[in-house]
Amino acid sequence: MTSPTGTVPTRTAEATTGRASGGVGDSPQRPDGALKVRGEFAYSSDAWHEDMLWGTTLRSPYAHARIVSIDITEALRVPGVYAVLTHADVPGANLHGLERQDQPVLAVDVVRYHGEPVALVAADHPETARRAMRRIEVGYEVLPPVSDAEQAVHGDVPALHPGGNVVRHVRVVRGDQDATADVVVRGEYQVGMQDQAFLGPESGLAMPAEDGGVDLFVATQWLHVDQQQVCIALGLPPDKVRITLAGVGGAFGGREDLSIQVHACLLALHTGKPVKMVYNREESFYGHVHRHPATLYYEHGATHEGKLVYVRSRIYLDGGAYTSSTPAVVGNAATLGVGPYDVDNVTIDCWGAYTTNPPCGAMRGFGAVQAAFAYESQMDKLAEALGLDPVEVRLRNAMSEGSVMPTGQVVDSPAPVAELLRLVRDRSLPTNGHGESVDLRAMPGGVSNTTHAENVVRGVGYALGVKNICFSEGFDDYSTARLRLQVVGGEPAVEVHTAAVEVGQGLVTIEQQIVRTELGVERVTLRPADTTIDSAGGTSASRQTYMTGGAVLAACRAVRDRVFALARAKLGPEPTGLSLVGGKIVAATGGVLADLVDVLGGNVIDETVQWRHRPTTELDPETGQGFAHVQYGFAAHRAVVDVDVELGLVKVVELACAQDVGRAMNPKALLGQIHGGSTQGLGLAVMEEIQVSDGLIRNPSFTDYLIPTILDTPPMPVDVLELADPHAPYGLRGAGEPPAISSGPAVVAAIRAATGMALTRMPVRPEHITGTDH
Amino acid sequence: MRLNLTVNGEPRQADDVWEGESLLFLLRERLGLPGSKNACEQGECGSCTVYLDGTPVCSCLVAAGQAEGRAVRTVEGLAEEGDLDRVQRAFLEAGAVQCGFCTPGLIVAAHDLLARVPDPSDGEIREALAGNLCRCTGYEAILDAVRTAARR
Ligand code: FES
Ligand code: FES
Repeated sequence: MTSPTGTVPTRTAEATTGRASGGVGDSPQRPDGALKVRGEFAYSSDAWHEDMLWGTTLRSPYAHARIVSIDITEALRVPGVYAVLTHADVPGANLHGLERQDQPVLAVDVVRYHGEPVALVAADHPETARRAMRRIEVGYEVLPPVSDAEQAVHGDVPALHPGGNVVRHVRVVRGDQDATADVVVRGEYQVGMQDQAFLGPESGLAMPAEDGGVDLFVATQWLHVDQQQVCIALGLPPDKVRITLAGVGGAFGGREDLSIQVHACLLALHTGKPVKMVYNREESFYGHVHRHPATLYYEHGATHEGKLVYVRSRIYLDGGAYTSSTPAVVGNAATLGVGPYDVDNVTIDCWGAYTTNPPCGAMRGFGAVQAAFAYESQMDKLAEALGLDPVEVRLRNAMSEGSVMPTGQVVDSPAPVAELLRLVRDRSLPTNGHGESVDLRAMPGGVSNTTHAENVVRGVGYALGVKNICFSEGFDDYSTARLRLQVVGGEPAVEVHTAAVEVGQGLVTIEQQIVRTELGVERVTLRPADTTIDSAGGTSASRQTYMTGGAVLAACRAVRDRVFALARAKLGPEPTGLSLVGGKIVAATGGVLADLVDVLGGNVIDETVQWRHRPTTELDPETGQGFAHVQYGFAAHRAVVDVDVELGLVKVVELACAQDVGRAMNPKALLGQIHGGSTQGLGLAVMEEIQVSDGLIRNPSFTDYLIPTILDTPPMPVDVLELADPHAPYGLRGAGEPPAISSGPAVVAAIRAATGMALTRMPVRPEHITGTDH
Repeated sequence: MRLNLTVNGEPRQADDVWEGESLLFLLRERLGLPGSKNACEQGECGSCTVYLDGTPVCSCLVAAGQAEGRAVRTVEGLAEEGDLDRVQRAFLEAGAVQCGFCTPGLIVAAHDLLARVPDPSDGEIREALAGNLCRCTGYEAILDAVRTAARR
């Protein structure tokens, strides 16, 4: 079977080239935008082959059970079925995992979460596959669930994995561990399990190849980490597992772990046919990791003047059944656990635990989101104890460039925390427009017509947040870019190739902008991301503009040096300080020396560059000290809410954000990140939670798991600061995650301000506001 | 079963359609029109919105057989002679497209709104698009796009 790497096989034409104009700092249109508005962009679920089969996954109905038998006889009898596979059919290690390979491809003798994959079916129609799946007989012996993370760490519960139930414990200690203070506030906080709820379901197409290998087209966040895991599970070398990115319908962390990757390849290799897998929404809730629910205990001590003296905290993150990204999430929550504040004396203990709840891993802002809810709630509590304004108490403690983090790391680039807070504070407040004619759409409860402004109270709340950007704690973090410059049709043209994953954020546009700016070439096309080039690292940790942007920039410089060498050979020794602008080679004096087209002639300049950010270090295992993070990103939010105090319903009226991004590479795309991130925080504050009881997911649908609609989402004015980070390409600061961190806490703070309720849990439910939750 | 229907102005036929298939599946998997999206397949997200005899519907909730003899218009059928419709152009220019998975459904819904209400208020836009989920944009750029399209 031939396998055309490079394009997702579909029935519609597609190309990922673009000719929009615009360099760094402009907002040119996305190169994939026209295809997307026409409905012609090829997403992973659009992959199609006339000969293809459909794959489905049988999943565990129990959170924790021993598998005593699996009988596939009846399933195999269903006409139209080509394969029914269990763990016995996995040729490799039958294990996968992002940081530790501890998760079976298909369960062997025990299932550790509700929805764990047990068997696979391939058939000629998705319904045939589903029917066959229901005929697989699995004998289970149900075991008691381990549902509580804190108990899993400290309690007398059975070990779910050989090393016990602690995935990772990080202790960060700094300064005087016995410090005392004039004013002390304590609190216990909880954060619920949030879902990424990307709209494009997990999906892809695997095609068996003549060389015994497989070609996979899939939506993911990191092609090479998928490839590694597929190789381990299938027992194949990397050259036999070729992965091409198919269109990604959002990610937000939920595509970092494997979903269909190994399963679809297994079925394709077994049947010798292309196999398509597409989860429906319910399966998607079982098929990816979620945001870690957390319990956080905090104690803040401050002087009478409101200066923080110490922060002590214990944080428990529920990692669920397998490791996933939990170690990194624990590292973030621990190292960012006091927030963007100066505190000399810190004690933080953070644990990630194994339970039999759904596995939790990456979601936008991970670790930082959970900690921010607790430390920001504490700052409000402190303000109240001191009789100070919540903004004022934050301003008195705001960190800045040169501040020392609890890890001992000195922050060596701008940290305009106070300025960001002042920006949102100084915005005029939205008017309270509930006059004579009530617009129900603007009311808590909306068009359900639950109030005409009776019992509606307004509140304003503030929050700050901090996030580490790029991979941390000594990880060898790099990206790779290949550029080819040549004359095509009488014009200079650049082709960019990386394995970096575009999930919607607009990296493809920024790659083009960088090339236009650096090489003065208008025509820039992008090859599809695949594993024929070295890794770009994951689209995670707000790192791709920094890392793949950095790699493209470095590759541009390598290409430029070659162009200048060609120019020297043709034109003789030339003055230094050359640049490439508008298709010309320009001298430092501004004079045009030559046309790029003439200098290039028939040459193809082809450069591949691997690029790294400056190294970080591991945390000291005893004290949590170390130069752990490459860069910090900051945002501030002010939320204005109307609350129907009788029904406990909330309408967010406005959500203002201020963020420092170092450099706005593409202002329009940046606004999209800030608006989208802020909205996900709003969702976590008031509506989004996967309900888990006894390890079972109770609401795996968009009917019962609610994400904000356009009616739930308010106007979101934004201020952007551009204070360059001298260590980063263009001075930029990763921008995707910070807006998702402070928005939720700001909304909850506003509800507190409106109602006077303590609200120690996020999301806030109506019964928390009405006080009827006991 | 065999189905006959009109899609984007063309007569189309499909054979061996299983009775349980949705109109969305028919379009995406049998007629080569994957532009309508499958974000939930339970009527909650609007990503599969198409016109059925001129009325917008969630095609995941319509049985394929119900489209027999009827006219369907999908996002692929909005551009005239290759020129983008004003709503498509406005989405592109406003930055209302990130991952774009919500985009086809939102464009059909906005197209329908502007056909009914030429100059909608923000409240009317929000109400008309409340059945279309977007996880990426926070909707600000989408509102902008619809306002811009209305002005054209
Ligand atoms: S796919 Fe039809 S409404 Fe979501
Ligand atoms: S752009 Fe991704 S869901 Fe709307």
